This record gives sequence, structure tokens and C-alpha cells, in this order.
Amino acid sequence: MAHNAVGRPQASFQRTERSLMQRLSNDRNWLGAAFMLPAAVILIMFLAYPLGKGVWLSFTDAKIGRDGVFIGLENYEWLSDDKIFWLSVFNTLFYTVIASVIKFLVGLYLALLLNEKLPFKSLIRSIVLIPFVVPTVLSAIAFWWIYDSQFSIISWSLKNMGLITENIDFLGSPDNARLSLIFANIWRGVPFIAITLLAGLQTVSPSLYEAATLDGATRWQNFRFVTFPLLTPIIAVVMTFSVLFTFTDFQLVWAMTRGGPVNATHLMATLGYQRAILAGNLGEGAAISTAMIPFLLFAIMVSWFGLQRRKWQQGGSDE
Amino acid sequence: MTTLNRRNLLKGAGAVGAMSATGLLDFAKAWAQTMKWKPEANATLNVLRWKRFVQAEDDQFMKIVAAFSQATGVKMNISNESFDDMQPKASVAANTGQGPDIAWGLHSLPHLFPEKCLEVGDVADYLGKKYGGWFPAPEATCKAKGKWIAIPTAINGGYINYRISSMKKAGFSTFPDKTDGFLELCKAMKANNTPAGFALGHATGDGNAWIHWLLWSHGSYLVDDKEKIIINSPETVKALEYAKKLTDTFIPGCASWNDSSNNKAFLAGDLHLTANGISIYVGAKADKALNPIAEDMDHAKFPVGPIGKPQELQLTFPMLAFKYTKVPNAAKAFMAFVLEAENYNPWLEAAGGYLTHPLMAYDANPIWTKDPKNAVFKDAARNTLPASGIGPVNEKAAAAIADFVMLDMVANYCTGREDIKGAIAIAERQAKRIYR
Repeated sequence: MAHNAVGRPQASFQRTERSLMQRLSNDRNWLGAAFMLPAAVILIMFLAYPLGKGVWLSFTDAKIGRDGVFIGLENYEWLSDDKIFWLSVFNTLFYTVIASVIKFLVGLYLALLLNEKLPFKSLIRSIVLIPFVVPTVLSAIAFWWIYDSQFSIISWSLKNMGLITENIDFLGSPDNARLSLIFANIWRGVPFIAITLLAGLQTVSPSLYEAATLDGATRWQNFRFVTFPLLTPIIAVVMTFSVLFTFTDFQLVWAMTRGGPVNATHLMATLGYQRAILAGNLGEGAAISTAMIPFLLFAIMVSWFGLQRRKWQQGGSDE
Repeated sequence: MTTLNRRNLLKGAGAVGAMSATGLLDFAKAWAQTMKWKPEANATLNVLRWKRFVQAEDDQFMKIVAAFSQATGVKMNISNESFDDMQPKASVAANTGQGPDIAWGLHSLPHLFPEKCLEVGDVADYLGKKYGGWFPAPEATCKAKGKWIAIPTAINGGYINYRISSMKKAGFSTFPDKTDGFLELCKAMKANNTPAGFALGHATGDGNAWIHWLLWSHGSYLVDDKEKIIINSPETVKALEYAKKLTDTFIPGCASWNDSSNNKAFLAGDLHLTANGISIYVGAKADKALNPIAEDMDHAKFPVGPIGKPQELQLTFPMLAFKYTKVPNAAKAFMAFVLEAENYNPWLEAAGGYLTHPLMAYDANPIWTKDPKNAVFKDAARNTLPASGIGPVNEKAAAAIADFVMLDMVANYCTGREDIKGAIAIAERQAKRIYR
């Protein structure tokens, strides 16, 4: 650094004697870059490169075992007129919106509940996490049995109670299948939201509630004007992750319906997999995956702008 | 090299039926002395196969593997993958040039990456000459541009499985051999609350098998021999009309079925007629509690439709070696060894009818005669069309099956999501996308 050299002339004399390594180890810019390098290499190798390659593949007619040639937007042109693709887009949006909204509401409610003084609080909190801990495929297979057209425990119970006469066709009719999958996704996703929001709730200072209560705030006003504003940054983060996880869900659907019945539960991720890996059309599968990027970017932007609103949360204005 | 004719093969089949493991090893050692393909020094052969449904079949296969390994010194690693995971695993291996040396998969798997498969014409010629020739469909399934890119090691026959008592109760003394009679039977069975049911979900094996029979038997094909898309035809309309009437007689829930659903429902006594391999029967025979079902069930050929001849889609199991393998000779030797009569006959027997032979000489195997309920499965390789129907077998045909183009067309119409025109239009559009 220049001011060091000016302030300590003897040091500048020594510096010429130092090895290149020594000089570099004192150079903040170089050190900064060196420390970032491992992370950058990992990000480039495992995130940027596959993403770039995926986007590139979507402009080719690559098949499994054969490099493709550049075909421009042809894959996208075919997709633009493909009913099954648009159905998968609709399914993905429907699945993501409904599941995320319900997961948020249930998760928030659970978090508020767990934040109260309860007996066996830690034990209950651990239990709530169980659905999140079970491997997705295992829970998917469990749900597959629960939803089985012949052996469903739900149908069996309702039949024995005399409430229904025929088994419920959980995965056989399009609407039932969609709702059944959404339910399974909610069951799996709620603990993540609940526990993360709970962590957020615990950072809210009790003195704020005391002050609000002294001012005559009701429970609802406490929640609306104290808890909720302080929770928004964490809500923004947790919901971004939740939306991303739900939007890119694959295992639950693949293990239970493979996109059926008649493609009613095909998400963009499962359709992309079917076309790329099972049918061998890598280029087309890559185009479907690339088509997911704008939606994912949108979700990230929402979170970004959510996080930028801290000033307002701290009592200032947005301007 | 000895040439076997049917008679001495039959003799041989009886003799080797009870061949012990040491007998197998003796044969393997003798075979290794004269084998055409000398395995590379210190060869290790990694084989990826589909996961067995019949335990005895797998046990016998592993005996063959052990004998081969001991006799030739080739170290063998066998790994299993479920039906549905075979193709992605093999495809990734083909794409990355890493993984197993041999993949033993399903349907037209080699046609997804024909350029990555080791040419095995010498093995196919050797076996074909020795064992009476290959049946046409398995041969077509394993050839690309006139070259053998895989060996059709076996075929899994799927046929009608039905409960005899339920058929009789429905007023039929023998199983109907025409599609009209078949529809009447299913209607009567539904009325008796002993319904039929076929998978309409994305079931790679069972789902594709029965809907291809249904469409092909009405003369409805996706493409012709020049790859012209011909699915939008009056034949398809008739086939779909028939399919609708048929699916109306099904047990509820078929639209969500995968490959195992009908097995479970049949063995639970809820389902009385379905299309499946022999595995339901083998399973019922092996389990005492299910013996009454085994006794009351039988198999029948798919009924013949308006075009007047059998049209079946049976599941071929092609065994391919990847070009990247460092031990091509060991791979070829293994493929040839498996199909030698001394190995293949006891294996066919152990499989209990689950596997059918692709080589004509094995018609003489006792498995087809020792239980009359097995007999139907003998002709699986003889009667099947390749997975491409009347069109050429290639990667596009493989993609059309993997993408469930035909299955979704039938399901779209039969579940009421689309009218006939809409269902056909979607399939036609998908076919154009794949055959562009």
C-alpha cells in the first residue's frame, strides 16, 4: 500500500527484498481474489457450467450418446405449439402457487403456536421436523400406498365407517391426482417453513410486545404491526426457497404418478426428464428446463425486492 | 462346435434341466477351451441388468455368471436396476462413456444410442446358426442399419391373465379369441363384479403392451415403413372407440396404475382379468396362501382384432456392450455363453415361463409343455412385432414408446380428457415432433 511506503521508508527498502509470495500475501486485492477462488471454482464447475451447458443444449438437437448441432430456436418453436408442454407449465404453476400459499399459512400458524409457552416444547418442535427429515422418495412411496386405487388406507377406513361405497380414485382422475400430490408436497414442506419462521419469531424482542400492549394493542394488532413487519425479511427468504423447491419438485411426482394420469401431473421438471433421459431427446429436455429459468428468476426477484425493504421495516420510509 | 437339431436339443434339454452347478462348471471349462472370443488378460466385466421379478431366474443367471467367471478367469460384477431405472442409467453411461461394460435392458434400448453400442454380429451369427435362427422381431430390435448392436437375450411375454371361474360365470367356457367376444366377456365380468383392468398410467411394460395390441390389432400404427406418420386414420378412430367401450368395463383406478398395480390387485382377488407376464401365476404358485388363485387362473393369447392376425408387443430384453468397454472380447464371450443350450435351457426352466427364447431351437424346452398354463408364453418371440410396429426400429421409435405417445392417446380419450379428434391430434403432433 502506498501510504505504508510513504510512512515507513525502511519498509519499502525491505519490500524489494521480499519474494513474490511475500508480496502477494500482503496484497489485499490478490488475497481477496485467492480466497474467493475455491468458491468461484466450485460455483463455476457445478453451477454456472451445467447451467450454461443446459442452455446451450436447448439450442441443439443433441440426443443421448450423440452431440447435437446448433438448430437455433427450433426446440422452443416446437414447444410453443405443444399442448403437453403448456399443460406442464400450467401444472407447475398451479402446483407451486397452491402448495406454497398453503405451506406458508400452515407453517406460519405452526410457528406461532410453537412460539407459545408449551409443555415439552423441544420435543414437539423435533416431531414437527419429521416430515422434512424423511427422505422424499420414502414419503412419496408411503403416500403412493395411501393413495392406492385398491389398497388405500383412507378409502378402506371411510368404507368401513360406511361413509363411501367405492374406493376414492386418488391418483386416477386428473383433479384428484393434482390435489393429492399438492397435499403430499404440503405435508413435506410445512416443517421447513414452520421451523425457519419460528427462528425468526424468536428474534423479536418481547419489549416491543410490552410497549404495544401498553399502547392498548390487541393480539391481532400485535401480530399485524409488530410480528409481521419484523418477520418479513425471513418470510421473503423462506418463501423464495419454498417456491424454488416446489417449482423444481421432481421426486414426489415421479415416484407417485410419473406425470400421469394423462399428463395431468406432469411438471416441467418431470416432462423435461421424460423427454431428455427416457426418450433420449436431450436438446428438447434442456429446452423445457431452460424454460423454467424465467419463472425461477421472477421468484428470486420477488425475494430480492422483499429484502430491500428493510428501511420501511425499521420505521423509515421506502423512499 | 456341434450343431444341434431339435431332437437332440430336446434330449439335451431334459438332461441339462437338472444340471448341477458342478455340471455347469464342467461345461463352462470345456466351452472356454474352444471359445471364439478370448477374454482380455485380467478382464473385469461389469454387467448392469434389470432387476428380477422371479427369484429362481436370477439365481440361475448368477450360476451361469459364476461358471463363466471360474472357467474364463473374467471377474464379474453384476448390478441390478429396476425396469424404470435401467434406461436412464444405460443412457447416462452411453453419454459419458463411463459405467458398465454390458447393459441388459428393455425394448429398443440400444436404438437410443446405436453408435455407442459394440457391434456383435459375430456373436449373433454364431448363435443363430447353432440354434435354429433368430425370430424376426427380436432380430429387428437388436439391429441398426443392418448391423447387430445387441443380442436379444430373452423376451418377456405378456398375455391375458384371467380367473377361470370368473370367465365361466360370465358365460364363456373358453377364452374368446376375437376382440368382439373379448369385449362381451369384459362387459359380463363387470356385471358380475369380477372386473377386468389394464394399466392406463405411465406403465412402461404392461401399459404399452396392451394398448399397442389394441391399436395394432385394429390396423392403427404410428408410422409406416417409410416413417410417414399415419396415426390419424379411420383405423385409429375405430380402435379408440373399441378402447373406450373396453375401458368402461375396467375396475376403477386403472388410469393411475403402474407396472406393479395389476399384480397386486389380481393377487388380492379384486381383479379378475388383466394383461401381464407370467409373474402373477409364478408368484401365486410359490405362496401357499395364494395357491387357490394359481389353480383358478389361466393365460390366453391377446384376441385377434379386425385385421385378422395376432399383433402383439412383447418386451424384448436386449443385451448390449458399450463401445467404450476395455474388454470387448470378454463381453462377447459372455453374451455367447449365456445363450448356449447348457446354460440357457436350465435358465429358461428356472424362469418358469417369465423368459421366452429368441432362438427357434429353444421351442423344445420342457418349460412350455410341463404346465399347460405356460404354453401361451412360448410364442412371445414368434408373434411379437418390434416396438416400432410396422415402422423401422430406430431411436425415434424408441423415443415414441418412452414418451408414451400411443398410451397417452388411448388414455386421453378413454378418461374423457379429449374427444377422439383431440386425442389423435395430440399424438400426431407428438409423433411429428419425434419424427421431425
